Amino acid sequence: MATADTNTPRRLQVQRFRPDDNPKKHYLNEETGLWSWLTTVDHKKIGLMYLGSITLFFLVGGIMALLLRTELLSPAESFVAADTYNQIFTLHGAIMVFFFLVPSVPAALGNFILPLQLGCKDVAFPRLNLLSYYIYVIGAIFTLIAIFTGGVDTGWTFYTPYSSTAAGGNVMMMTFGVFILGFSSILTGLNFIVTIHRMRSPGLGWNRLPLFLWALYATSVIQVLATPVLAITLLLLTMERLLGIGIFDPNIGGDPVLFQHFFWFYSHPAVYIMIVPGFGIVSEIISTFSRKHIFGYWAIALSSLAIAFIGFLVWGHHMFVAGQSSLSNLVFSFLTFLVGIPTGIKIFNWLATLHKGSIDLKTPMLYILAFIFLFTIGGFTGIMVAALSVDIHLHDTYYVVAHFHYVMMGGMVMAFIGGLHYWWPKITGKLYSEVWGRIACTLLFIGFNLTFLPQFIMGSLGMPRRYFNYLEQFQTYHQLSTMGAYTMAIAFVIIAIYLVHSIFKGKNATANPWGSRALEWQVNTLPPLHNFHHTPVIINGPYDYHKPMAEFQLGIAETHNGHGSGEHMEDATSRSAPADS
Amino acid sequence: MSQSSAIPKKGDHVQEHFVNSNQQFEAAKLGMWIFLVTEILFFGGLFVAYIVYRSWYPELYILASDHLDVWLGAINTTVLIGSSLTVALAIRCAQTNYTRGIIINLCVTIALACVFMVIKYFEYSEKFELGILPGAHYTYEGIAHEKANIFYSIYYMMTGLHGVHVIVGIGLMVWLVIRANKGHFSSEYYTPVEITGLYWHLVDIIWIFLFPLFYLID
Amino acid sequence: MNRLNDFLLPPAKSTTAAEVDALFNFINLVSIFLLLGITIAMIYFVIKYRRRSEDDVTPLIHHINWLEITWSVIPLLLVLIVFGWGYKGYTDLRTTPDDAYQVRVVANSWFWEFHYENGHVSIDELYVPAERPVELVMRSSDVIHSFYVPDFRVKHDVIPNRYTSVWFEVKEPGESVVFCTEYCGFAHSDMYATVYALEQNEFDDWLAAAGSDLDDLPPAERGQVLVDRYGCTTCHSTDGSTLQGPSFQDNFGQNRELTDGSTVVVDENFIRESILEPSAKIAAGYPDIMQSFAGSLSDEDIDGIIEYIKTLE
Repeated sequence: MATADTNTPRRLQVQRFRPDDNPKKHYLNEETGLWSWLTTVDHKKIGLMYLGSITLFFLVGGIMALLLRTELLSPAESFVAADTYNQIFTLHGAIMVFFFLVPSVPAALGNFILPLQLGCKDVAFPRLNLLSYYIYVIGAIFTLIAIFTGGVDTGWTFYTPYSSTAAGGNVMMMTFGVFILGFSSILTGLNFIVTIHRMRSPGLGWNRLPLFLWALYATSVIQVLATPVLAITLLLLTMERLLGIGIFDPNIGGDPVLFQHFFWFYSHPAVYIMIVPGFGIVSEIISTFSRKHIFGYWAIALSSLAIAFIGFLVWGHHMFVAGQSSLSNLVFSFLTFLVGIPTGIKIFNWLATLHKGSIDLKTPMLYILAFIFLFTIGGFTGIMVAALSVDIHLHDTYYVVAHFHYVMMGGMVMAFIGGLHYWWPKITGKLYSEVWGRIACTLLFIGFNLTFLPQFIMGSLGMPRRYFNYLEQFQTYHQLSTMGAYTMAIAFVIIAIYLVHSIFKGKNATANPWGSRALEWQVNTLPPLHNFHHTPVIINGPYDYHKPMAEFQLGIAETHNGHGSGEHMEDATSRSAPADS
Repeated sequence: MSQSSAIPKKGDHVQEHFVNSNQQFEAAKLGMWIFLVTEILFFGGLFVAYIVYRSWYPELYILASDHLDVWLGAINTTVLIGSSLTVALAIRCAQTNYTRGIIINLCVTIALACVFMVIKYFEYSEKFELGILPGAHYTYEGIAHEKANIFYSIYYMMTGLHGVHVIVGIGLMVWLVIRANKGHFSSEYYTPVEITGLYWHLVDIIWIFLFPLFYLID
Repeated sequence: MNRLNDFLLPPAKSTTAAEVDALFNFINLVSIFLLLGITIAMIYFVIKYRRRSEDDVTPLIHHINWLEITWSVIPLLLVLIVFGWGYKGYTDLRTTPDDAYQVRVVANSWFWEFHYENGHVSIDELYVPAERPVELVMRSSDVIHSFYVPDFRVKHDVIPNRYTSVWFEVKEPGESVVFCTEYCGFAHSDMYATVYALEQNEFDDWLAAAGSDLDDLPPAERGQVLVDRYGCTTCHSTDGSTLQGPSFQDNFGQNRELTDGSTVVVDENFIRESILEPSAKIAAGYPDIMQSFAGSLSDEDIDGIIEYIKTLE
């Protein structure tokens, strides 16, 4: 917080700031050329570069998923061989988890939105932010080298001793790539924590922080605390292949189950890295399109932190049949159930936000309603696999695959695409086709359920996961699932087409097309290079929908703290209001 | 920090997106602290591996620890503690605008860090000659325990990773010396010295844990 | 309920399965009930409170404490029930009865060996007495596998350098399938086995006769049975096609190039060495993934396999 403000008297001159709908200068045209992109320290451009990269990886991972589903139309080999199949499912998992899901909301959307919602000009360490992006790219390059120099067939979990001794291909390159990638995630988390702590504009107390930022804050804490453990685990695994250090390799005297503990100590919290930012998006969209103050602000904010905290203590539930003691299983099962409670609290608070709202079913809202339905299923099936005796039956079957996809794809990807649509006008300055948006969302919803509902049934009937070949009795379910995957592919193609179309031919968006009260909608569309020409003073909370839009305004501190000179205040009306910092 | 009570002015060193010097300083320091937390967790994984194997094979640690030279370890501990002191002195010099002091203290720190690495080099090469190599390449027969190779895997991983941190620290301090020589630091702005100092203290603290855990087991 | 069971779960053939199924059904019913409630409420709100004009004013409701407490405490009670129930079922699954009949299991890439008390070893076929607890004491010879019988609702990882166990009691004679559920490489999905549950007296007869079945066969036929039984054909084709390893067809007597550049003649000694010490000489162009069969195959067995390979011209 600016110390200068806290020392001055309590009354502050504020002026109404009316955002420009179509400013001549904005972040995309103030500096142009390829070099300006590659060397930019602007969080918005870095966010866009992340967005492009994760879209690319989502495409690659998605094509792999389609290949897998096509191969599974019939048992035995139809068009890819078993070891190719094994490589494809490994890469599908690794790419989707490490290169898409983990950076998707925090690094892409979060980078773009976080400083705008905080009212600052950039994240605390802009150059570090760019470095994170390049670390991500280097990690990606290592992974691509691994793919083209033999591939990897260990599964994305890299279990020893298969990964340390038996597996062919280039496991070392792959684990090293993911190791590098981890630092991108750590540095992004670090940057966000510092930014949220130190860069909030005057008036933006913790009790006014948008829930998206609470979610990013909780996510960043997990990123900073869990990712180093993944890093050391993968470093040890790389050393295992390189030098045979033997800590995890039973042939040299090590313990393979220890690897699983290490791996899941990161990778379980990692699923919260993936889903918690999604919760943040849901909170933002649901209050915007209900035009209503979010219900249970503190319940939602604190449950994110509770999930982050308890999420660190449940990793053992991946190992109920892996040979850990009954006592560990008891404790991990119990803690896993506890983590379900804050998640349930969020669902109920969102429902209560809808109550007595003014609900507009725009595309982002449709995605969020789909999210609530699908994520609830993902949550309930999570309760199922947390129950010890039932998990013995369901562990490592398609039931777990379906559960994971309901949470990650039905939850996270739906929230991500919802968020992408929601912020699309702010990012690009254009409006996409609402009709096609709704069609694609519906199609995606149908395709998703068609893909993964049969997988629940297959799984509880006993179909194990990571199977290239399968018993004929499962064929109908596999075929339904594949049809669903194709449906989803069509929906994604439609989304890609109308979004790209909107960039070139779409109508210009106004600064605040949804009538949102959140701070990022109170700046120009497109935003200027440094977001705010003046340090804004936050007078209203981000969910103050009970106040009419006309009264809703952004204050501008009378001292501009070195942010610009005042040229953008020409048609602002002046008035006084009490503001606390 | 003594100067934070004065109203900070926006100087040349303040980056565009910060409101003032104080905000920038506080942000950098918080960032460094968070980074140190990640470092602790990074090493934490190895400490857990250490603890797990020690609880499984307590006798292994007693046997294998005898083959580490307590004296060299103790000298290295002293050297690192001394270097932590000189880094702290360098920060103090920055706060009192004594640029020459910054440079001298940093150079002493670098020298001490190099002494640490040289001693480490002699320790390693002596082990290598005996055939005490990590994991699969372990050939030494002087330790009567089948898991001695695992002990040394953990030893090499932990001390090796610590050594990498020392080298990174040396690099950072060389950079600080160059900047100090150009007169970049003053009581107004010495953030890089401060946060590198924090980093160096962490490197020191990790060694203070490694020393008794490996060398002083009875 | 039974129809739902048939649709969602495999037949319950072990004594412990019913308990697991009951919890499965309970969670399903409660979940479906709650999911319907949430979905109906959501759709109802969306219709009832749809936006009527751009000037809609919504009330300011920060939170309602009793509601927050209700929807925290009720789910908490529900999950505690599920937790206790699940743990109880789990202890039943982990507590092996004292009188259990023991079979040792060795998991290999990619077949299951079952060792019986009289020294007989069966491959990918597990014979157990019905209506009697059976304990499997398991270890792996290479990577982690997992022993899973959906019909019995039992599963446990099989780990190198460590013993793990499962137990089950089959309710009546019949057949069930065994899957490997921990990914173990190339032929992971072909690592099936079958459990044959027999009446106790039939089982005793089978065990008495077992072990001698191969001794009566001529060597080449014995070799063929073993090659099938041990799943050699997963990697070595008998028709000349290329899989993970060299084909058995047209193999004997040929020159074979090795990864170190030298060449060997495929003779009796080379085949014997390849079975007992597979990593000693690796044929060029093939991965080093086969594990040793030392201890699993007797000298007579290896003679039989060599004779069989000779016949594949």
